Amino acid sequence: MRAPTVAPATDLAPRVFSRTIEDFDVPAGREEEWRFAPIRKLRDFFQPADWGSVGLSGEHDVTVEYVEISDSRLSHTWMPTDRPSAIARAQATHAVLVTIPKESIHSNPIVVNLKNAGENNYLHVEVHAGPFSKSQVVLIHDTSGNVSGSMLSLLGDQADLTMLSVIDADAAVMQHLHWFTEVGRDANFHGLSITLGGGVIRTVPTLTYRAPGGKAQMLGAFLLTGDQFQEHRILVDHTQPHCVSNVIYKGALSGEGAHSVWIGDVLVRREAIGIETYELNRNLLLTDGPRADSVPNLELETGDVISAGHASATGRFDDEQLFYLQSRGIPESVARQLVVRGFFVDVLSKIDDSELSGSLMRRIESKLGIVDHE
Amino acid sequence: MSKLTITDLHASVITEDGETPILRGVSLVVESGTTNAIMGPNGSGKSTLAYVIAGHPKYTVTSGSIDLDGQDVLAMTVDERARAGLFLAMQYPVEIPGVSVSNFLRTSITALKGEAPKLRTWTKDMKEAMADLQMDPAFASRNVNEGFSGGEKKRHEILQLGLMQPKIAILDETDSGLDVDALKIVSEGVNRYKESSNAGVLLITHYTRILRYIQPDVVHVFVDGRIVATGGPELADILESDGYETYTAAARA
Repeated sequence: MRAPTVAPATDLAPRVFSRTIEDFDVPAGREEEWRFAPIRKLRDFFQPADWGSVGLSGEHDVTVEYVEISDSRLSHTWMPTDRPSAIARAQATHAVLVTIPKESIHSNPIVVNLKNAGENNYLHVEVHAGPFSKSQVVLIHDTSGNVSGSMLSLLGDQADLTMLSVIDADAAVMQHLHWFTEVGRDANFHGLSITLGGGVIRTVPTLTYRAPGGKAQMLGAFLLTGDQFQEHRILVDHTQPHCVSNVIYKGALSGEGAHSVWIGDVLVRREAIGIETYELNRNLLLTDGPRADSVPNLELETGDVISAGHASATGRFDDEQLFYLQSRGIPESVARQLVVRGFFVDVLSKIDDSELSGSLMRRIESKLGIVDHE
Repeated sequence: MSKLTITDLHASVITEDGETPILRGVSLVVESGTTNAIMGPNGSGKSTLAYVIAGHPKYTVTSGSIDLDGQDVLAMTVDERARAGLFLAMQYPVEIPGVSVSNFLRTSITALKGEAPKLRTWTKDMKEAMADLQMDPAFASRNVNEGFSGGEKKRHEILQLGLMQPKIAILDETDSGLDVDALKIVSEGVNRYKESSNAGVLLITHYTRILRYIQPDVVHVFVDGRIVATGGPELADILESDGYETYTAAARA
């Protein structure tokens, strides 16, 4: 057994990188990274079990494969950083692998429909965007059961990858998803995390750079109703000079027990000079009752940056906006629709596929009870 | 012909500290083709009157009535009032992030007319109306009131007035914060609208300056939540030279 890699201590970066489950303690809930999570509900995610692996549903593009977890093309260097991700990597038997060949240009989105094996599932997905390739990958998660695992987007030099991860859950399922992105030299990454409902959803997007000149945009739109819980714990680790990161997460919450947590950690290492970083979280409370925690953290180990900033705001649905629109003859439901669309537009407008962005917007409106599209 | 009749209107704002009466018995008639100016000092409640007519949820009408051509305005929702033909040009229009001016105007016109305007004529109408107010065409793709200067906000309000053609328009301190060039452009917009649809205008202002560009038929002095004096355009000239002192002193007495 290999000793775990132990990273130098910073407040924000993970401390342990390992594929050995025992290298991670079972979370007690007091740890900084677990303090918001419903530990008791997630307890099955902390012990290895005999769960099936998430596969594919229906026909897929030739770039999409379902492979054995031992497939030599899967990343050797990526390491889990917490107990659930270590368990999922160790226990998964299969993985979904999307390979965008070097220099290939895909004008149509590559849609990946995931399919659960059963009630509880381990997931391992890797998207390899070859050097100088350009593509858009849409990952539609199966929300028929509980899922624990990781998604990796690995961008070669000057690759351009837009990746959407869509969780649209009606049932009270639990999903615990790491999303690790490594950006190559001068590569361009657009990640979009869309989370519409679910009982307990915890996503841990981590992004880092392999070489200078990378650009990354991480966008998120999330929606909670009823007594749902969502945590989005983001880490951008600026390890390389002259890179750019831009994080925008927007959440809408409605209902008595809805609780969202957004953690936006940005770490700028000593060697990451000349970088630009910005992170933003806005939450819209549509009713009384929901709670939205929002914690941006920026840790600068160098002062030699072009820009570094963050913003966070949580606000009520603005009655003055509704009044203004209604005073122009617009009925209340249409006015609410306009305001919510406007709220999410800077995230959803980044989706090139207008059919997909339109259907996501309609799902948001239906779920919020603004417009009955059903 | 349209007629807005306000009779003995009392309204309050309800806060944690209780109920604070603001309007204390307002009676007023605004008819098509006429311009009523309401002038008053700060805090007299004249803007509240505008908001109460439009139906702002912050205010509670405790007694009195508002009638538009036989319809009970107080029984209507905010959007129903607009569809009945009332319009309020606001003093501080709110920003609506992510909603473009063109999308907003089209949605509004669709709601007011009951059907979507034809795309070709609509684009032309909007461009012309914007040109009349010396607005840059790029304005249409900006988000509603987001990053607008004070003058741009007011032009946008008057742009809506011209496109929506309400029966009765209430202008809440449309002149405040405008330089004289912008004031002229905005006033011309109001006058064009008034002529083209023979509308009734209720013009609320703190200063007499705008009355040089928009001629009032009737001037009301508004102090302490009610109209304390009514006269012709000459009343504005008296206020210009003497101020509100005599009226505020009388109200305190």
